[in-house]
Amino acid sequence: MTTLEAVSRTAAGPRIGESAPRPDGVPKVTGSFAFSSDLHNDRMLWGGTLRSPHAAARIRGIDVGPALALAGVHAVLTHEDVPGSPTYGLIHRDQPVLASDVVRYEGEPVVVVAADHPDMVRRALAVIEVDWEPTEPLVDPELAADATPIHPDGNVIRRVHLRHGDQTVADRQDLVSVEGTYEVGMQDQAFLGPESGLAVPDGDGGVDLYVATQWLHEDRDQVAACLGLPDDKVRLTLAGVGGAFGAREDLSLHVHLCLLALRTGRPVKMSYGREESFHGHVHRHPARMHYRHLATTEGDLVRVEARLLLDGGAYASSSSAVISNATCFAVGPYRVPSVEVEGVVVRTDNPPCGAMRGFGAVQTCFAHEAQMDRLAVALGMDPVDLRLRNALEPGDRLPTGQVITGTLPVAEVLRACAGHPSAAVGPDDPMARPGGAGRTADIDDVVRGEAVAVGFKNLMFSEGFDDSSSARCVLHRGVATITCACAEVGQGFVTLVHQIVGEVLGVDEVVLAPVATTSIGSAGSTSASRQTWMSGGAVQMACESVRRELLARVAAANDVSVHDLVLVDGRIFSLPGGGSGDDYLSIDLSLDEVTAEPVEADVVHRHAPTLPLDADGQGDAHVSFSVSAHRAIVDVDPDLGLVKVVELTTAQDVGRVLHPLQVLGQLEGGAAQGLGLAVMEEVQVTDGRIRNASFTDYLIPTALDMPPVEIAALIEQPEPGAPFGAKGIGEPPAISSTAAVAGALRDATGLDLPRVPVRPDDICLASGSALDEAD
Amino acid sequence: MVTVTIATSIDDACAALDSDPGALVMAGGTDLMVEVNRGTRLVGNVVAVDRVPELRGWSLEGDRSDVLRLGAGTTCADLAEPSLAKLVPALAQAARTVGSPQIRNAATLGGNLATASPAGDTLPVLAALDAEVELRSSAGTRRLPLDEFVVGVKVNALVPGELITAIRVPVLNGPQEFLKVGTRNAMVIAVTSLALVVDRPGRTVRVALGSVAPVPVRAIEAEVLAAERCDFDGMSVPPDEVVERFAILTADAARPIDDHRGSAAYRRHAVSVLARRAIRRAFSGVPSVAA
Repeated sequence: MTTLEAVSRTAAGPRIGESAPRPDGVPKVTGSFAFSSDLHNDRMLWGGTLRSPHAAARIRGIDVGPALALAGVHAVLTHEDVPGSPTYGLIHRDQPVLASDVVRYEGEPVVVVAADHPDMVRRALAVIEVDWEPTEPLVDPELAADATPIHPDGNVIRRVHLRHGDQTVADRQDLVSVEGTYEVGMQDQAFLGPESGLAVPDGDGGVDLYVATQWLHEDRDQVAACLGLPDDKVRLTLAGVGGAFGAREDLSLHVHLCLLALRTGRPVKMSYGREESFHGHVHRHPARMHYRHLATTEGDLVRVEARLLLDGGAYASSSSAVISNATCFAVGPYRVPSVEVEGVVVRTDNPPCGAMRGFGAVQTCFAHEAQMDRLAVALGMDPVDLRLRNALEPGDRLPTGQVITGTLPVAEVLRACAGHPSAAVGPDDPMARPGGAGRTADIDDVVRGEAVAVGFKNLMFSEGFDDSSSARCVLHRGVATITCACAEVGQGFVTLVHQIVGEVLGVDEVVLAPVATTSIGSAGSTSASRQTWMSGGAVQMACESVRRELLARVAAANDVSVHDLVLVDGRIFSLPGGGSGDDYLSIDLSLDEVTAEPVEADVVHRHAPTLPLDADGQGDAHVSFSVSAHRAIVDVDPDLGLVKVVELTTAQDVGRVLHPLQVLGQLEGGAAQGLGLAVMEEVQVTDGRIRNASFTDYLIPTALDMPPVEIAALIEQPEPGAPFGAKGIGEPPAISSTAAVAGALRDATGLDLPRVPVRPDDICLASGSALDEAD
Repeated sequence: MVTVTIATSIDDACAALDSDPGALVMAGGTDLMVEVNRGTRLVGNVVAVDRVPELRGWSLEGDRSDVLRLGAGTTCADLAEPSLAKLVPALAQAARTVGSPQIRNAATLGGNLATASPAGDTLPVLAALDAEVELRSSAGTRRLPLDEFVVGVKVNALVPGELITAIRVPVLNGPQEFLKVGTRNAMVIAVTSLALVVDRPGRTVRVALGSVAPVPVRAIEAEVLAAERCDFDGMSVPPDEVVERFAILTADAARPIDDHRGSAAYRRHAVSVLARRAIRRAFSGVPSVAA
């Protein structure tokens, strides 16, 4: 790099480490960005879905005749109209495209309709007659494993039994032991742009689908299988994505749209409303977790036992990977010589659950951090000191037996976060007190609490999955065109591409080709904090390949060694002392001149391979890890059970900061989502029915609920194997924030609060609470 | 075919409703459009009244200018303006808790009444103030007390062809308090709410509750206690036993249910807490301050 520094930088384009402007930023905030719900075709029909009103029922018959008889209705399709695989799924293809003989959750699709106008769609759906025979839904996950199977694949989606180290220490009598049972409610991803898409038949038996998704190629494979078409007959293009957070990893309306388009020969558009969206995508798994921690009186963790039960809902989605994660990271980023974890995810008639930011580690972090606070009390230790004493370090083993070979600054994030000065002020402003605009609390009604939590998870896909991303770079007349199927869902990949091209090639004119299955191979999913590493890495490799070829081309043309050439800020120079003469910078060529003939590179980027877990949950199953810590300061009105989170401070292991503003955005957004789970966000399900499928009643934090996020430190320890040393950063902020807020609420109230979200009743109507008032 | 009549005067609106008594009246649309978008209300013909100047604005009436007449089209944002807030502080406080700034700019007092939701934020205040609702149709004008206007869960006393034109409330000399409990610190539907107004010359305290019964309820026994035991001259804080008794009697007036927003037990408990705090704030010897 020293040679590069020898030539002063002149270009203005963005580089790695700078807060480059987002290409989609201004269009998004000014309203001109086309989201998938804005898709339009002059000839298009509108599609709609008839869904089950029952959590469990048999279907004795479906009469679509009355709907078909309506003017303006072009197609009414049932399971009989699915030509290929009747089921789909991310890992297990167990979910019907359209229900045939039974439905297993409220909202399960049964019939799809295409008509001239959305109102005609509604009318058609209203006159379809389904002969339902409601059955008793299986809604208690505790009963699922032993209950009559509600699906041919059984009720246990996956059981992972992890055993690590000497199991006999469980019986030692000289240890301090704390036990607890914890529960996490069902969180929704609550993206702003509901599911929508447009399918256009090509007149030749194939179909083009424009859709908001996280993973185009996986969608394509599943859709093609259900349509009974070869892959090349089904072409997906990414439409504008209004948020994802895991909820767009599964198919929703994809197959339905294609079926309708192929049947009618017309383009068909579908857009879910907010209520339908709640029924139309997976949620975060509700969890019940029992833990026992054993430690020496000095505070060294000796053994952790945990039983984890996740409710997967009606279909498998990514449940088997979520339970693996929950199990692998069940004890948190601590050194524990003896571990036993039994993780089970079961099938019920509740809404299906799958991927959401944090992916299994959120639930267990809430539990293991509550346990660490309890253990600190039992030991009479400072809770941060206890965590530091047991903090994992590189070279340590995880409970899976895997040795941490990369970076993992657990102690660093903890120290930075716990030691950061607080800027929190007292609850003087009435609006900033618990209850906010409702003016419920006077200053004397408020008590304050504080806690620190730490959590970690894996980056990228695990357990032997062949995880890759493809990218192409074409440099022609000084303009770089990058092709990659990475789904931009808001994370900022479109910005990062400009930075990477600028950094590697010194080119500021960058064109990002449309993101489609026809242009290039898979980029993998925009999930698991993986796209900066995987697709960013692929783009970096492609650019480096182009750079090498360019320098070779110039070297050959000028009869100099490539080692005597540098490429910087879009020009190629020769270095002093190199080549045939002594003259400084005898070669000075613009990329424009050099790339009159295009230079092109196609690459596939893979991370280091991983292995499956064995029967004891042991194995090198993960690539890399990232850790974050949060400190929460909360004000509580104990009499009303209302809460105001006053401050969130965080420190995170980021490898290297590629774009400071986008890092900040991920840290703030993730913390807001974590705060939401701690104090308000829950899909309330009773007897399998969602009671709050709207943003009126599914509450997410407002500006009066979300405090400023103080960044105590971004720990930059470059990760080996990662592009520019950068780790994925999207998920950790959503992991330790929930646990920190819950801990602070316990500190303020003196209550156990073993369940999130913490409801007002849990605080002010808690039995036996020291703060309980007679009334 | 749906017809939308954009009325520019009250007479316009009444004429349109006269010829089509089934038409929906739309002002801010902040409740109506939610129902339409959710598919729970079919769109029929609409009479839009948001461009009727006579429905906006307010005036003081009566010999002593002690009656405030609020046009039905007065928005929640208007209600929170200092000039109005000083006349009816609790109404301003309640209006401030409605939705977001965008919603408050569109949502009207008349609309909140017409929706007649048990959780309607201005309703407990109007109940505590013994508000009167002015209704117009082509047949003429009539006035109804609030408790005869809001008669059930989302049921009001409007007859076909009738329009809410104004709300009358007294301008009282004394502190006012509105407190609302929700599980979010803003933009939240009331789990329970309480309005308390003091009439110092009349030596009365009036207290009304929201979200704990099908309609706003007054806590009459608590009001009787307060009238007997409060210090309307010095406005000193009542003795603890009076505050506690006031809280119990107020909570007794609640008839809450369990729903997805909160349990009946929590609502009853919260009412007692709000009652305790409201009476202490009102009688703290300090003049009431607007939101």
